[in-house]
Amino acid sequence: MIGDHLIEISPGLVIILGALLVPLLRSQMRRIWMLALPVIVFFYVLTLDHGQHGVITVFDLELTTLRVDRLSLIFGYIFTIALWLGVIYQLHVKGWLEQVAGLVYAGSAIGAVFAGDLVTLFLFWEGTAIASVFLIWARGTEHALSAGMRYLVVQVGSGVLLLAGTMIHYGQTGSIAFESFDIETTAGLLIFISFGIKAAFPFLHNWLQDAYPEATVTGTVMLSAFTTKLAIYSLARGFAGTEILVPIGATMTAFPIFYAVIENDLRRVLSYSLNNQLGFMVVGIGIGTELSISGAAAHAFCHILYKALLFMSMGAVLHRVGTVKGSELGGLYKTMPWTTAFCIVGAASISAFPLFSGFISKALIISAAMKEGYFWTWMVLLFASAGVFHHSGIKIPFFAFFAHDSGMRPKEAPLNMLIAMGITAALCILIGIFPGPLYAILPYDVTYHAYTVEHVVTQLQLLVFSALAFTVLMRTGLYPPELHSTNLDFDWFWRRGGRAVIRQAQAIWVGAYRGFVAGSWRRVGVLIEGLYENYGPDGPLSRTRPSGAMALWVSVLLTGFLIFSYI
Amino acid sequence: MSVEHHAFHVTEHLPALAAVVPLVGAVLAALVRNGTIAWLVSLAVGLALPVISILMLWEVQASGPISYALGGWAPPVGIEFRVDLANAYLAILVSVMAGVVLAGSPRSIDDEVNPENRAWYYAAFLLCLCGLMGMIVTGDAFNVFVFMEVSSLATYILIAMGRDRRALVAAYQYLIIGTVGATFYVIGVGLLLAMTGTLNLVDLAQRLPQIEATRPLFTAVAFIIVGLGLKLALFPMHLWLPNAYAYAPSSASAFVASTATKVAVYLLLRFTFSVYGVDFVLPETPAATLFMILASVAMISGSLSAIFQTNVKRMLAYSSVSQIGYIILGIAMISETGLTGGISHMFNHALIKGALFIAVAAVIFATGAVRIDDMAGLGRTMPVTMGAFVIAGLGLIGVPGTAGFISKWYLIQGAAEQGMWWIVAVIVVSSLMAVFYIGRVVEVAWFRAPLSDAPRRAPPELVLAAVALAVAVVIFGFFTEFSAGVASDAARVLLEGYAR
Repeated sequence: MIGDHLIEISPGLVIILGALLVPLLRSQMRRIWMLALPVIVFFYVLTLDHGQHGVITVFDLELTTLRVDRLSLIFGYIFTIALWLGVIYQLHVKGWLEQVAGLVYAGSAIGAVFAGDLVTLFLFWEGTAIASVFLIWARGTEHALSAGMRYLVVQVGSGVLLLAGTMIHYGQTGSIAFESFDIETTAGLLIFISFGIKAAFPFLHNWLQDAYPEATVTGTVMLSAFTTKLAIYSLARGFAGTEILVPIGATMTAFPIFYAVIENDLRRVLSYSLNNQLGFMVVGIGIGTELSISGAAAHAFCHILYKALLFMSMGAVLHRVGTVKGSELGGLYKTMPWTTAFCIVGAASISAFPLFSGFISKALIISAAMKEGYFWTWMVLLFASAGVFHHSGIKIPFFAFFAHDSGMRPKEAPLNMLIAMGITAALCILIGIFPGPLYAILPYDVTYHAYTVEHVVTQLQLLVFSALAFTVLMRTGLYPPELHSTNLDFDWFWRRGGRAVIRQAQAIWVGAYRGFVAGSWRRVGVLIEGLYENYGPDGPLSRTRPSGAMALWVSVLLTGFLIFSYI
Repeated sequence: MSVEHHAFHVTEHLPALAAVVPLVGAVLAALVRNGTIAWLVSLAVGLALPVISILMLWEVQASGPISYALGGWAPPVGIEFRVDLANAYLAILVSVMAGVVLAGSPRSIDDEVNPENRAWYYAAFLLCLCGLMGMIVTGDAFNVFVFMEVSSLATYILIAMGRDRRALVAAYQYLIIGTVGATFYVIGVGLLLAMTGTLNLVDLAQRLPQIEATRPLFTAVAFIIVGLGLKLALFPMHLWLPNAYAYAPSSASAFVASTATKVAVYLLLRFTFSVYGVDFVLPETPAATLFMILASVAMISGSLSAIFQTNVKRMLAYSSVSQIGYIILGIAMISETGLTGGISHMFNHALIKGALFIAVAAVIFATGAVRIDDMAGLGRTMPVTMGAFVIAGLGLIGVPGTAGFISKWYLIQGAAEQGMWWIVAVIVVSSLMAVFYIGRVVEVAWFRAPLSDAPRRAPPELVLAAVALAVAVVIFGFFTEFSAGVASDAARVLLEGYAR
């Protein structure tokens, strides 16, 4: 069918070009256009034929701007859907900067997914980095500005590693095709690290929890959908079956739980749980069987929806109340019933309740792990599943909407937000009840039945005991009763030592991270002061009265040159 | 046949015109004593020179290097103007930048220079231009020195005309240091003359291999390289540059920053490759290693300094120090790819820095702000100017789709060819630092509340000049036939050297 198109243009590029029109349009027209654009592109993606299209030649390099196969298609579908939902969610936002940034960002991510070669991938890769930082900066707070800067440097850094890997790969193989790579080569390793940064591998992850909670209400919803899932796609494409991904992914599923539990900012909690969900997908890619890769893709598909839903509901709270600190919220269900309901749907989905979307996708990965004999990984994944239920399934809705009545009586979320949440919630449930269509578009044909008695019962057991633990602790008063004045909830577990250690570790790591990206040089004061002394406006390396120093340097260089010439 | 003969006749004098036109213009501007007329004269020169330069390039592409015997005295005895691809490329760069800056600057100059000095300003500008063009076209080592002094003296005057009182000190510092550099150069040339008995560059290249005593030769090489290194602000001999750029009148900063150091780089290229030759002196002196190390340090150190600056012009100046590092790095690779990267970066960086400095000139005109913090909210009050600034800034970072990416691409490829991965790392780190210092301005300009509601309206021609260069930054990010294509031909010419 693609032959019918006059030009074989990447859907991502269509969105980016369409985004450029946005500033020119006025209020109502702009809304209509922004709503229509993802829909048009979605149908365009539907018409794409498998194969390599849109080949252009630049600098003697053949760029494949449109590579269509099942793996790129499923991500193409979900990205356009997520964009559409995101657009609905941000319809109330005035001003075009954020809107254009969001569209260009999503367009770049979609373009990257359809990229058939590394150079095209790199271009769109950097596009996502640059466009998305505006979603953070648009918040306008001091925190957001510096977090955005750190985010930008890390993201661009990831792109640069990708470029370096691409060039080495090209130099060694003469090919820039984006196919699977060998992690044992220099090029493969560089590309792997580049993907890893974007996928928030352990120790490369801090940018995520650092930046996402600082973005605007609507920006975080967009951010949660694209950047990391683009990385997941890229890993699935380039490093499927790479053994090291299994332990990396397992670590990712487990360690954010501890942080999520002690974190008070609910959007940051969601950022940690985002990281944990990515772990499941990474494990799936690492196992590398048809079932597990399909599981990773399916999980990404569902995850984008329910994670967006959770961020939407917290965004609605932030929009109405002005804070998402768990300790300050509570009792909001009275005035925000719809938001509460949608949040619970999201929570149920991420916790993989039967009949919700998480259930039918996570199962693929976990059973693939068991099938291939990764017993310990399987155990970690189960533990992580229980943990997800704790911090995302219970903690988020409980402390935001129930718990102690904070006395706040905010208005229900704006209509467009409710509509966006409603559609997303409906999708979560539909996919959970009818997994067939999703299974049909997975990268490989899998015959998997999610609703076996055994699976449902196991999962329910897990969830019930998890919930039981929570309830028992609450009832017996082991939970500190003054929840609104303590800023942490599950911290009872960490009171005696554990918490201190984790907080300390987190403080050190976050400090090092921030210092490293030079976002806030105050934190590594001494070093930076030293640098400043030398490089600052008054330092010897930027001195304003340089004659003497210059004369000295000139003679040093001349002498050095002569000595080395004569040796 | 007759037509061809005619065409040849005109093009024959192009090299001389390239230097004479601005010289005549300077005299005229000095004589009229009226700022507006002087500007019109300069503009006429600024529009004529690009035409001359482009004709020169065409002529060179069509029928090889042009040799012009000044006053009819045949080289090597007489002074020769000699234009090949390398200097034709540079001539286009310098003359186009001069044209754009002159077209954009009149009201900015009216704003920043005392009325009685305006005509002198344009006279000095044209003299500087004359010196730069002369250095480019001449094929005579001593003649280079003469033009170098012409341009330097004119630059001191331009800098001293800055409104800030520190401009005088900056000009004085530059005068002392610039003189040291020129003196080093002339000492080197003197030694070469003593050994070979010639000043003509082609002749030098042919006679050098016959010299048996290499020690004086190395001394000459050392003096010339260090002298030129100072002129092109090679780290750590860059200390004169930030003040000179920061306190000069804004449009003078834009012109000097985008051209002067490039011409010194060109001379370095000319001496290292065309005169000394790739296989003769280069392998035996530490020049390449020295360049490589200093360039890498410059790229990091310059960016680091840029990050810490509070004055936006000084920030851009330090960024120039690091960008010169990129250019020198390309030269130090001594390979076609590396040289292509270095040479095309001269052009691309000129466009980028020109756009940035002109945008800053517009900001200074509108608000008087030179501190980065004072630029708060300008993204909203001066969207077009700051838009140009951001696009050029993206070019500086090397974002794909901008000119800066093209040259960095070649540089990285050149480094990869020789397996120098640490160089790739240095390029990457330095680019990331550019994200930071450019990002800082973007953040302040767009995400902070404006300090005052209505800045003065910047003159449209100034904004237009910035926009034109910013657009060029994008265009040359996609169409590289000239910027990288001719650069790679020039690289080949340079690698061949004069001697063959």
